[in-house]
Formats: sequence, C-alpha cells, structure tokens
Amino acid sequence: MMTLKVNGHDHQIDADPDTPLLYVLRDDIKLNAAKFGCGLGQCGSCTVIVDGRAVLSCVTPLLLLEGKQVTTLEGLGTISEPAPIQRAFMEEQAAQCGYCIAGMMMRAQALLQKNSKPTDEQIRSELEPHLCRCGTHMRILRAVHRAIRLMDTADAFPAAHRSAQ
Amino acid sequence: MAGVAAGIVIVGAAAAVALTWRPSIAAIDPPAPQSFDPDLVKRGRDLAAIGNCSDCHTLRGGKSFAGGFPVPTPFGTIYSSNITPDAETGIGRWPEAAFRRAMRSGVNRDGQHLYPTFPYDHFTNVTDEDDRALYAYLMTRQPVRAPARENQLSFPLDQRFVIAGWKLLFLRHGTYQPDSTKSAEWNRGAYLVEGLAHCGACHTPRNVLGAERGSAQFAGGDVDNWHAYAINSQSLSPVPWNADALFTYLRDGWHPDHGVARGPMAQVVSNLSSVPDSDVRAIATYMAGVFGPPAPDRKRRGDEVLAQARSPAESPAAQASGNNALGASIYAAACATCHETDRALPYGGINLGLSTAISSPDPRNAANTVLSGVRAVEGERSPIMPGFAASMDDTQISALLNYLRARFSNQPAWTGVEKAVEDARRTQTVFLQTSPGPHNAPADATQRAKP
Repeated sequence: MMTLKVNGHDHQIDADPDTPLLYVLRDDIKLNAAKFGCGLGQCGSCTVIVDGRAVLSCVTPLLLLEGKQVTTLEGLGTISEPAPIQRAFMEEQAAQCGYCIAGMMMRAQALLQKNSKPTDEQIRSELEPHLCRCGTHMRILRAVHRAIRLMDTADAFPAAHRSAQ
Repeated sequence: MAGVAAGIVIVGAAAAVALTWRPSIAAIDPPAPQSFDPDLVKRGRDLAAIGNCSDCHTLRGGKSFAGGFPVPTPFGTIYSSNITPDAETGIGRWPEAAFRRAMRSGVNRDGQHLYPTFPYDHFTNVTDEDDRALYAYLMTRQPVRAPARENQLSFPLDQRFVIAGWKLLFLRHGTYQPDSTKSAEWNRGAYLVEGLAHCGACHTPRNVLGAERGSAQFAGGDVDNWHAYAINSQSLSPVPWNADALFTYLRDGWHPDHGVARGPMAQVVSNLSSVPDSDVRAIATYMAGVFGPPAPDRKRRGDEVLAQARSPAESPAAQASGNNALGASIYAAACATCHETDRALPYGGINLGLSTAISSPDPRNAANTVLSGVRAVEGERSPIMPGFAASMDDTQISALLNYLRARFSNQPAWTGVEKAVEDARRTQTVFLQTSPGPHNAPADATQRAKP
C-alpha cells in the first residue's frame, strides 16, 4: 500500500511497486484523460505532470513517485471551468480524434509553467516527442500560442496544483 | 641588462613571426556550382559523411555546414566555422589550394592558424584527390550567411601564433603510410581511420596540451561529456569485437551483442549510413586489427555473458540486491520490462550484461542514456528507449547505476556516481540545445536494419 498524491488529493494505492503510473491513474483512480498509446514511452499520449515536469506515465513505475505530486489533465480545470490551456485548445478546435491531445496539453502546460513566453521554436521542440496521427499540428501550435495569451490575463496555475504548494 | 632582455624579446618575436607566418592565398570569385563535375561532388558527399563534417559544422536546428557549434575544450570554447560557399562568411572565396592547405596544415585562406579542434592532425593524411572531391562537395552546398562566433579563450591561447608552436610539437605529416604486406581493404581502412574519419580524435586520450597521446592510441577518450570507449586491446566490451560485428554496428547503428550507438557516435553512424559498404567494411577490417584477437580469458568471459544473455531466466539472480534494494527494484520495474524480454532487438533492449557502458571506467555514458534514452531516428525503424530525466531523481538514478554495475559487470564499483549523474543532467541540457540531434539523420538510410 502506498500513498499517491494526484491533483492535490492523497490516494491509497494497493498495487505492485512496478505498476506503471498510467494503469493506476486509469484503473484505480478512474482518471481517464491520460491515454495508453504505445506503452513504450514513444508517443506522448500518456503524459502527466510530476513535480512540474512532463512525465510519460506508461513507463513510470509507481515506486518512483513516493512523495511526489502528480497532476493530470483533470487537475487543471473542469468542463464548466476549463484552465487556460484547455480553453485555448477548445477555442482553436485543436483536436480531431483527440487521443493525443491530453498529453499535448500536459506537456504544453509544463512548458508554460517554466517559461511563460516560449518561442514558436521552443514549443515545437518541446512537443516533438508527441505523435498526432490526424495531422492537427498547426492547430495545436496555435492553441499553445493562444494559451500563452490567455495565461497573461487568467490564472495560469490550476486550483489543485496551487493548493498543493 | 634591460637592453639585452629587450633584444631577446625582439629576436624571439621575429623568430616566432618567421616560423608562424603563413601567406594569404588570393581570393577568387565564388565558382558556379555547375563548374564542378557531378561525379566528383557525389564522391565528396560520401567523403564528407566519412569525415562526419556536419556533426561539428552544423548547429542543432541550424543550416547545414553553417558552423557556430560550440566545442568545449579544457582551454575554453571554440566555435566551428562556416564551411558553406558564402562569399563573405563562408569559404566561397577560397580556391582549392586554400582548402587543401587548411586540411593539410590547419591554416585558413588569410594565412591564420586554425585551432586543432579542426582535426588537421588527421586530415593531413587525406589525398589531394579526396580534398578535391570534398572541396567540390562543399562549394556546391547552399551558401549560408553566418558570421563566425568569437572563441572564448583566455590569453595567451587566444593568440593564433601559439597554435604554430602546437603544430611544431604535434602536427606530423604523413602519419599514414600504406603497408604492402596488408590487404587493399586493410589499407583503405587505415587510410580512412587515420585520416578523414579521424576516429582517434575522440577515442584516443589527449595530453595536457590537448594533443592525442600517440603511445595510447585508441585507448579511450572524451567527447561532449561522453566517454569514447577504448577501441584497442584495452577494450572493456563484455563481448570482444570482430570485423563482422564492427561492420554491422557501423552500418546499422547497433549490434545484438553490443547494443546501440548513442551520443556523438549516433551521429557518426548516422552519417556513415550513406557511405558505400566497401568503405565501412574497410574501416571494420582495419579496426578489428587494432582491437586484435581477444585473450583466451576475455573470449571465455564473452561467451559466458552471451550465454547468460540468451537465457536470462537461468542467470544468477541479482546478488547485489541485498544492499541496494532501491536500485534493484527500479531496475525490475523500469528497465527489465524491455531489457529482459524476448521482444526482438533492437526494439527490446539488449541484456545489460552485454553493455560496454556498464563496464566502462566511469558512469557517464550509462547516466546519459538513462537520462535521455535513445530517440527514434526520424523516418526509420530504429532502436528506441524512453529517457527518465523527468521521472527519476538523482538519488534514484545513482542507486540504479550502482546496481547495474554490481550486477552486470565484473569491474569494481564506480566512485562518484551521484556527482556524475548531476553533471550528466546539467550537460545533457546543453547538449540537446546544441547538437544537430536526430534531425541530422539522412532521410534515405535504406541500409538500416529492417525488423
């Protein structure tokens, strides 16, 4: 049994220490935003934020997360109150099938928390590990740029993240 | 007395000028690309790939051969130059004679000495004919306006006449001589390895003045915070290398008994993928001779390691886990899922008993690999490994590395692992910003392994 901190809440998890974080999030805590894509840490669709850094949850075993703070897309905002990054993706209609989008948003969020004014080049290079089969890349880039502008006026940091600090 | 001293200084300075002065070679109008024979240009392309020119002369995300790549040395940072045919900032106004002189003696068109980060101690062995092909190739690239960046060197190393002294001590012409008792293939390999391919620039340790130590040729050196392994009889690879294995490794970028080329070597094999088989075979043949046949006990250990790697279930379980439970559990959870499965290579990981990184004198290469993983080569089926920089902290990586060393090598424990991990994390960030990275991979590397 270990305690896993997700979106500001403590969860008691009864799973083997080598269980990938992704399985625990989806199967035990029922947070389904992070997706299983390749299971090899090569597509980015399982990306979540751990202590401020974008992490591939499908290749991150539970035992590495002792005492760390996990944030998933659900921790950024809600349907009625989306976070700036979520609003930006909706307003740019930056999803086609949407499977990669949660991961894209999480890595973009981690980037913007560390650097509130990234260049287009920095955004491209940061999102490079993420695959999108629908070819929505141009809209995704526009959405990240929109998120930068939204965060200028809105609160960049999610409620859950703030309360955990 | 003061007069005598002043006299000595003046005479000394005059002598230094006489010894170090090189004439400028008259500029030409940039030759039209059409004036070069296409076959010559094509040969030049293969030679430039063997010389790995783009690796140092291209900045990540930058234009090919436009220079500006920072090369850190113990003496300061030296920036590579623009070798595109741009008239003002590149070599567009260089006649072939100036290019040949730069390759042969490390002097630019103006007559200035070039720093030996440009490996003319090797390039001096390149034939006139090959220099002509390289010149034709470079002069037909896209010209890029990119002014040179100022080197960061302190006095007196920022004075270029100092380089003339270095050359007097260390630059030897004709260090490669054909050996008529050996095969044509061996001689071709020797010519490439000792010359254009400049393997020793990374794989040979350097002395305090930054010159390769001839007495320790290929005994292992340093490059970009990676250790370039010993590739002579002192090699620490668990399975001894032979010509076939070297050929496969240089051709495909990995070998089932040795693993995947990473770091700066990944660039080398990426460039080599466009080179004809015969030249890669020649390099492998020559280098197999440099490695030499393995001693009987090394060969026996190699066979044992291979047998264990083929049936990991029967190998002795982690004896080391007793005092390093953290390392053992991280290995089991994060590494063994790929490194101990029957997933076909190179998509599964090699058994780490075969890894030279784990048997290496220091943990740098293993730390770099855990942090950054192995990135897929764009447009190809290639080996992959996720990086763990974001998900493992330094304590966890250190515990893991100590465990891997104890379990998968017969070498003594590493010292200073935690420090090495910290350093690797810091330099990795810099490297990722400046390396040409996987973008540099050729798009048509059809020779790479198919699954």
